[in-house]
Amino acid sequence: MYTTELSKSDIGMKSDRTKSGPVAVEDAALLDAFEARVAADEFIEPKDWMPEAYRRTLVRQISQHAHSEIVGMLPEGAWLTRAPSLRRKAVLLAKVQDEAGHGLYLYCAAETLGTSREQMTEALNAGKAKYSTIFNYPTLTWADIGAIGWLVDGAAIMNQVPLQRTSYGPYARAMVRVCKEESFHQRQGYEIMMAMANGTPAQREMAQDALNRWWWPSLMMFGPPDENSPNTAQSMRWRIKRDTNDELRQKFVDITVPQATYLGLTVPDADLTWNDETGRHDYGAIDWEEFYAVVRGEGPVAKERMKARREAWAEGAWVREAAQAYEAKRAARLAA
Amino acid sequence: MDTAATKRDWPLWEVFIRSRGGLSHKHVGSVHAPDPELAIRHARDVYTRRMEGVSLWVVRSSDIVASDPAQAGEMFEPAESKVYRHPTFYDIPDIVKHI
Repeated sequence: MYTTELSKSDIGMKSDRTKSGPVAVEDAALLDAFEARVAADEFIEPKDWMPEAYRRTLVRQISQHAHSEIVGMLPEGAWLTRAPSLRRKAVLLAKVQDEAGHGLYLYCAAETLGTSREQMTEALNAGKAKYSTIFNYPTLTWADIGAIGWLVDGAAIMNQVPLQRTSYGPYARAMVRVCKEESFHQRQGYEIMMAMANGTPAQREMAQDALNRWWWPSLMMFGPPDENSPNTAQSMRWRIKRDTNDELRQKFVDITVPQATYLGLTVPDADLTWNDETGRHDYGAIDWEEFYAVVRGEGPVAKERMKARREAWAEGAWVREAAQAYEAKRAARLAA
Repeated sequence: MDTAATKRDWPLWEVFIRSRGGLSHKHVGSVHAPDPELAIRHARDVYTRRMEGVSLWVVRSSDIVASDPAQAGEMFEPAESKVYRHPTFYDIPDIVKHI
């Protein structure tokens, strides 16, 4: 799964170069050295000097990404008890467990930048943190589980593969692990879609309905169009991001349309055509009003998602307390 | 309930995996856990879901002593200026074999 670029808090932020006084001279030298390292595709590691804006941008992006993995367990978790066979259930359980793992890799990467797990958990539970808009849509039928694996994880892979070469070492390494595991997610989803597309007329209809509902939100996962993504230039210069939102979105459309054709399903876009000149698909206008509404927390099930997270955190409190009490007892016994 | 004890993050542990017999343990990431035993269990769940290894180490992150990256130049200079430590430094005629 993946986070959409959501928050714009660092727009127009000045680099450390603007600081005045004797520190500025040193900072300018450090900044130049940093920029040169990044431009040479070197990796930046936790204890290396880095500009504050780089640190802030990364903390925001990695923590949003982590939150997305965690919240991303909810839409699929809802179907664990209703999977149509034991095989599907075991597979879905493994996938949901992977998402938890991805969240944990990413939280650890963010922590190397000086934020704590507790701060991030609190921000998420308080509704202050963003996560991918895609998870604020409901999973209405079993076909949605297929569509999520195929489209949502497919879009995630498109986004995450270039991030394996992102300039911040711990983030890049987390992405290598995530990408290794993500391909299974997409393939199991597509397999569900194949089964349903080749099933009864009712199952086929369910598959088409799932594609209809998940197609546009999946395209939105790549974030706002390039002209509305002022952070992109800076993030690309710092190699935090390696491709623009629109480039990745186009790649996703070009790869996914033939997959829909194979299933015998119709992509819900009347303007979708193959462009011989560009050698790519032209696709219809995206409803960005809907995207920004979901970012603002007006997604169909945004409140449910937050409620589920808070309840899970509250209901797990006794486990955390018990574990801590046990360790305190053990430590006391060792000291005695 | 948010008591003082539960407000605090569990300590961080660095995780090392031996991928198979004969290889060294290699750092793969970290986990939070209240005690060593749970750190091993969490490390197993987070880092070995696909047969990644046959052995796990966990070390409290706070117990790791690291060199300073800002001092890397001076720190590793002694090795850099001593190229004669490498076999290729020495010119031996091709006619001489097995050396």
